[in-house]
Amino acid sequence: MNHLLRPDAGGLYCAAGDFWIDPLKPVPRAVITHAHADHARSGAGEYFTAREGLPVLAHRVGDGGDFNAVDYGQPFELGETRVTLFPAGHILGSATVRVESEHGTWGVSGDFKRAPDPTCALFQPFDCDVWMTECTFGLPVYRWPATEQVVGEVLDWWQDCIDAGRPAVLFCYALGKAQRLLAELADRAPRPIWLHGAMQPLTECYREQGILMADTQTVSEAGKGYKFSGDLVLAPPSAAGSPWMRRFPRHSSGFVSGWMRIRGNRRRRGYDRGFVMSDHADWPDLIRTVTDMQAERVITIHGSGEALAGYLREQGIAAESWNLRATLSRSEPA
Amino acid sequence: MKAFAELFDRLDRTTATNAKLAALVDYFRSVEPADAAWAVNFLTGKRLKRLVNTRELREWTALATGLPAWLIEDSYEQVGDLAETMHLLLPPGSGRASALGLAGLVENRITPLRDLDDEARRDAVMRLWQELDGSERFLFNKLLTGGFRVGVSKRLVTRALAEVAGVDSTLIAHRLMGRWQPTARAFQALIAPASEDDLDTATPYPFFLASPLEEGPGSLGDPADWQAEWKWDGIRAQLIRRGGQTWIWSRGEELMEGRFPEIEAAAEALPDGVVLDGEILAWRDDRPLPFAVLQKRIGRKKPGAATLAKAPVAFLAYDCLEWNGQDARETPLFQRLQHLDQALAAAAGLLRSAAVDFQRWTELDTCREGSRERGVEGLMLKRLSSPYRVGRTRGDWWKWKVEPFTFDGVLIYAQPGHGRRSGLFTDYTFAVHAGDELVPVAKAYSGLTQDEIDRLDRWIRNHTRERFGPVRSVDPVHVFELAFEGIQSSPRHKSGIALRFPRIHRWREDLSVGDADRLEDLKRLLDTRQRQ
Repeated sequence: MNHLLRPDAGGLYCAAGDFWIDPLKPVPRAVITHAHADHARSGAGEYFTAREGLPVLAHRVGDGGDFNAVDYGQPFELGETRVTLFPAGHILGSATVRVESEHGTWGVSGDFKRAPDPTCALFQPFDCDVWMTECTFGLPVYRWPATEQVVGEVLDWWQDCIDAGRPAVLFCYALGKAQRLLAELADRAPRPIWLHGAMQPLTECYREQGILMADTQTVSEAGKGYKFSGDLVLAPPSAAGSPWMRRFPRHSSGFVSGWMRIRGNRRRRGYDRGFVMSDHADWPDLIRTVTDMQAERVITIHGSGEALAGYLREQGIAAESWNLRATLSRSEPA
Repeated sequence: MKAFAELFDRLDRTTATNAKLAALVDYFRSVEPADAAWAVNFLTGKRLKRLVNTRELREWTALATGLPAWLIEDSYEQVGDLAETMHLLLPPGSGRASALGLAGLVENRITPLRDLDDEARRDAVMRLWQELDGSERFLFNKLLTGGFRVGVSKRLVTRALAEVAGVDSTLIAHRLMGRWQPTARAFQALIAPASEDDLDTATPYPFFLASPLEEGPGSLGDPADWQAEWKWDGIRAQLIRRGGQTWIWSRGEELMEGRFPEIEAAAEALPDGVVLDGEILAWRDDRPLPFAVLQKRIGRKKPGAATLAKAPVAFLAYDCLEWNGQDARETPLFQRLQHLDQALAAAAGLLRSAAVDFQRWTELDTCREGSRERGVEGLMLKRLSSPYRVGRTRGDWWKWKVEPFTFDGVLIYAQPGHGRRSGLFTDYTFAVHAGDELVPVAKAYSGLTQDEIDRLDRWIRNHTRERFGPVRSVDPVHVFELAFEGIQSSPRHKSGIALRFPRIHRWREDLSVGDADRLEDLKRLLDTRQRQ
């Protein structure tokens, strides 16, 4: 079958439209699904991204780029193709990409999830011939509990820390997960939530776009000797074990991530608590989405997709697994 | 089951000893004695006899989930724990069986599996999978597949029980020894106030364990305060002679009835009311035989005449814990040694682990260096004025082992670890040169720092040559220095040798594959040992 898209520059290249999707190297023209560092890099000549995602993307890759904000569901022409972005439900402004051409219609996911998220539009399926799906959690052990239940667990844990007079340090990714938590806690947080410095500007980006979130303060603004007793502190995982943590004596630590579904992942990292909440689709939703996209052919990307591809083949769906990262070692983009 | 699952969650969610202790005390105070008894049983590391094999469990998981077997294996490889993998794959349960106590679950739902045919056993397990959820189902699977670790030591459980009972924790440790059974009555006896006769006559004393002496003994003070003994490479055992009967307990608290008839026969000459601590060794002509010889006896419940002749054993006593029916553990070592001499004077078939004579610490250095020729692991140093303590209490008993053998091996296979190391490549196979080939000689799991493990894990993922199930072969690039305690010939291994306790000493990034050792170098060690 003719390949409308092929792996290149750490992302995908579309020759018919002469553009790249989520390239990791500098290219002339990039369609960006969302602003996480494994999907968006600086140095592209021209960027196309969903309107809601533009402020965060500009913050991440620098203001110097030539940005084109695109509305969800509004097709635009690139070369001999027609491109449309749809909400991916992953983080604010995240998109899946539909590429229509005479070679057929391809759907490309960056990262996506199906569960409702107060910080971004709900994932919207569309018909395509080939569906390129992310596969971060591509094993059937990954099945997410309801968000409401996990938020309840976080609040119970916070309350325990309040009762014990200990800081509750909650690790989560600085872009997306932190803001989703703040939004889920908006009208339920018993007191303001402290943020690690790396989270503050991104959270402001979200606020400026009208996302309702719990009140926050930045840890660096706290008075010297302040003990954070019973306070909730959000920090990126990279802060765990760093000298910065000395500010929170006797703290209890938690990590919010889909990886916390596996006990060994939590214990190895030494977190007291693991909260299973992910911005990626779990196994049942990966399968459901394949059905919803009505695709004849599925290609897994982003993650170890062999298991999902193998399972789909057994279900009678043409499926294969592509490794986009392998193209990074090539010296020249196509 | 709900209360036990909550206990598990509380223990699992903290690394603070005091929080764990509080969780245990709360649990033991609040649940039925029968449930508490089973909890003690599992938390101190005892397991149920395996009633269902893992092949069946995998098949039933496939049946319950509709997933292909290979996908269950892929999942297991990522999770690193079969009980957890099954729990995560199974559809959510109703939680209906949550009201069942731990004892009810074990006694009414798990133990009866033994008497069921295959189909009924499958249905019974699958029904419980439907009726349990969350940590309860995970723990049920853990009980089915064996033991579980939750980061509480036996010592911590003992402390919690002592707090509940209001007695000393050494008494709890003693009550828990030997034939303790998880019943409501036994739990009540366990937390009862101290009394004279609450112990079964077969009950051994808790073992006192030595701590490793990292630097020389110079810091231990006056040599005259210390006794030195050889550190034997055998099975630690307690020999009990009470009421005209003999019991031999291993350090793992296994009753070794009938396994060592020559020792049991020799013990009959002991006076009544005597308990000796010592080592079982394969022994001939006044010297120990290699541990491999003893291994021929370890698994034998009733050794025949040929085995007895080929692998004779002896009990080398080094302490006397009970004398004249009285607990002698609080009396100082030098007095206990006098009791030991009196006891052994009557029982000629039992041997005395003799003291190593020395005046100055420097003399011991020479003795220790000769350990290998003697077939011992090094020296023990014991404070003559010390009581016989419980467990690994530092200060009075030190083991000062001889330096291990080392060799440089090449990493050729890796496999993901389990538990805390699940999903990380932490089980390694190392090879040495044999002609033009690399021949595997050792598997090792420990010895690297977390940083090194992470770095090696990434490297393994990027340099995989082939996959065989969970095992990956990797480019032979990295050389590691491995330590081991002993070597023996082994026709079952391609290399023809088997190493004892291999572990990683360090990552030799300064060496390349060509610098690794050769099989002949290792076999030469074998020759010198066999010549003795």
